[in-house]
Amino acid sequence: MTATFVGMPAFPTAAKAALADTQLRRNLAHATGTIRTKRAGVVGEVDDWEELRLAGAAIKDRVLRHLPYYLEQLETSLQAAGATVHWARDAAEANAIVVGIAQQHDAREIVKVKSMATAEIGLNEACEAAGIDAWETDLAELIVQLGDDLPSHILVPAVHRNRAEIREIFLREMGTAGRAAPEGLTDEPAELAAAARAHLREKFLRAKVAVSGANFAVAETGTLTVVESEGNGRMCLTLPEVLVSVVGIEKILPTWDDLEVFLQLLPRSSTGERMNPYTSTWSGVTPGDGPQEVHVVLLDNGRTNVLADEVGRQALRCIRCSACLNVCPVYERTGGHAYGSVYPGPIGAILTPMLRGVGHDKQTDSLPYASSLCGACFEVCPVRIDIPEVLVHLRAEVVDAHKAAPGLPSVQDMAMKAASWTLSSSGRIGAAEKVSGLGGRLINKLGGHAAPGGAPMLGALPGPAAAWAGSRDVPVPAEESFRAWWERTDGGRAETGDGPGVNGHGTNGVGDR
Amino acid sequence: MTVGLMVTCINDALFPDTGKAVVTLLRRLGVDVAFPSAQTCCGQPMVNTGYLDEAVPLLRNHLDAFAGYEAIVAPSGSCAGSVRHQHRIVAERSGDPGLVHAVEAAPPVHELSEYLVDVLGVTDVGAYFPHRVTYHPTCHSLRMLGVGDRPLSLLRAVRGIRLEELPGADECCGFGGTFAMKNAETSIAMGNDKARHVRSTGAEVLVAGDNSCLMHVGGLLSRQRSGVRVMHLAEVLAQTEPVVHSVTSAGSAPTREPAVGSGAPTEGGPR
Repeated sequence: MTATFVGMPAFPTAAKAALADTQLRRNLAHATGTIRTKRAGVVGEVDDWEELRLAGAAIKDRVLRHLPYYLEQLETSLQAAGATVHWARDAAEANAIVVGIAQQHDAREIVKVKSMATAEIGLNEACEAAGIDAWETDLAELIVQLGDDLPSHILVPAVHRNRAEIREIFLREMGTAGRAAPEGLTDEPAELAAAARAHLREKFLRAKVAVSGANFAVAETGTLTVVESEGNGRMCLTLPEVLVSVVGIEKILPTWDDLEVFLQLLPRSSTGERMNPYTSTWSGVTPGDGPQEVHVVLLDNGRTNVLADEVGRQALRCIRCSACLNVCPVYERTGGHAYGSVYPGPIGAILTPMLRGVGHDKQTDSLPYASSLCGACFEVCPVRIDIPEVLVHLRAEVVDAHKAAPGLPSVQDMAMKAASWTLSSSGRIGAAEKVSGLGGRLINKLGGHAAPGGAPMLGALPGPAAAWAGSRDVPVPAEESFRAWWERTDGGRAETGDGPGVNGHGTNGVGDR
Repeated sequence: MTVGLMVTCINDALFPDTGKAVVTLLRRLGVDVAFPSAQTCCGQPMVNTGYLDEAVPLLRNHLDAFAGYEAIVAPSGSCAGSVRHQHRIVAERSGDPGLVHAVEAAPPVHELSEYLVDVLGVTDVGAYFPHRVTYHPTCHSLRMLGVGDRPLSLLRAVRGIRLEELPGADECCGFGGTFAMKNAETSIAMGNDKARHVRSTGAEVLVAGDNSCLMHVGGLLSRQRSGVRVMHLAEVLAQTEPVVHSVTSAGSAPTREPAVGSGAPTEGGPR
């Protein structure tokens, strides 16, 4: 694997490339549109959906308020069940723990079931550096890995690929990684799935060490949970001798009963199903059944920074369902790679800057601005994360970080200061409007083509307005502002005729009825 | 009862006809409407770009301008949403308890359709607009304020109107304030999809409750020479049937309301 998110360009640049890829946009629009419709259908069936959302948010908030308590409880329960608990402050520590366990067992390869946490810490690359092959076994992750690609979606990491591209990748790469794809493989989904099954089965039966993530970790019972669609995860969790689970410290639920809420919220929000096909739970070691050595790595890697952020900590409620990606109009057009992070879409636009910290690199600082703040993400979030609120909060953090940095203020800083000065006084804004109104009168006389309907519109413009006027016509400033009209006509009372800009709203007829 | 018209800075400078339409409409419904001339901008452009400190002077100005009014009416879901949801955040960050208190004590802000339906209790405002229209619910109206189908119920009561359903209506048009500049390509891609949906309805006029969104989509529709015009909800609701021989109150000039059938929307303002 050489693909990496490190050094990606800032969002607007990365997005531009994605927008030009018409195949990508078609793939994305089709996939997100399909999931969106399915989700809306199954969510609509649940009478108490809003109560479930509130319950989900409340349970997660309780965990976050008392995180040290629940973490210690989880550690104790896991140890009682026969698991070994490790603590990892950052990616390097977590990777060293996992690689160390593999090396103790002389394992040259490990099988993995979908875990965003291990993607976040770059475990596959760390394994490669240690001479260990780490194989993804989730079908979509397998496609991404074989294609030397990066995931672009939380639920469907290969959403940017269509089946013809997948066939190509399988034919080209499967043989180099293990069992080759059958000759004559077509791009029929059933054939592609069969090829992946045969390829993976060989690896499941051979691997001694497996690595998993966890959707939930129940503190009371020391139970880890993985929900999935394909059953490959269950293969990973049961066949190898050694199982290592890398779990973010925010994944805790207090009690087994709390699963009731989340196993309703997650599948409906994620795949648009009433229940996912496979739900696996395990607690430590069961003699004679399944892995006989079980490790759990509890990962911080920036999560306590997020927790310390009073507005932003709600992002730790996230259960990685991807509903926010599927409704996001920005994600739908740019795809996940533009976000330059293992967490794409609206949740990535807030989680990534908080995990990494803002003010250090342009790519991270561009993420809070990668949203039109339309609010669709908040509306669908099963744990009610107010993503627009956090985005605005993080924009302020980015601005503050740059203001605090040595050097000259940016053009944007100066523009905002100037706008603040002009707009905080009605006298100053009135003066500015007179100038723009004069401009409007000149433009109306001298140039500007008539838009359909006769309204004046401007075409191409120089300077900063070019970003607007590249594809959009620009309205000509009104010859007379509302403010000036109100003063001149005493709020329309003194109006006797159709003065400039009084265009047929019958303002002179005011009070006639 | 006197309501303060928060005309919004974009309407003030670029779309004054929307403000005039609100004045016409509210007076027709018997509301005493005033324009507090000290008002400028609610500060949303600063807040949404991350310049919260720079929004403080605007916030103070807004609070001073509207102090003493019973209610504020704004022909913009976005600006009403900003006052309702962002002013508190700005005030709290400023560290000035007086400012927080002033925000709490400020008159309630209503987006136009909320004011008409919830406060005045009317859906039929006596409007006449014999055109094919489609309605775009702007994101902040829809999600930040939750105006629901209030604008549509107002439009349905307009005489002569033919309302077409807009596919993908609740998807963002891509304006998003500074998003339209900072992420221009993505914004335009979103806007073009919205424009395509608008054109698919066959409507002559696209109506919304926010001129900023309409400026964006209208700018694209205009560049495409689509022939579709954009109009603010207030401008549609202000239109009335031409009066032929009705006797109006003494002393007023003969009713000169425009014959809307002859193309009033073309005079909808400089878009």
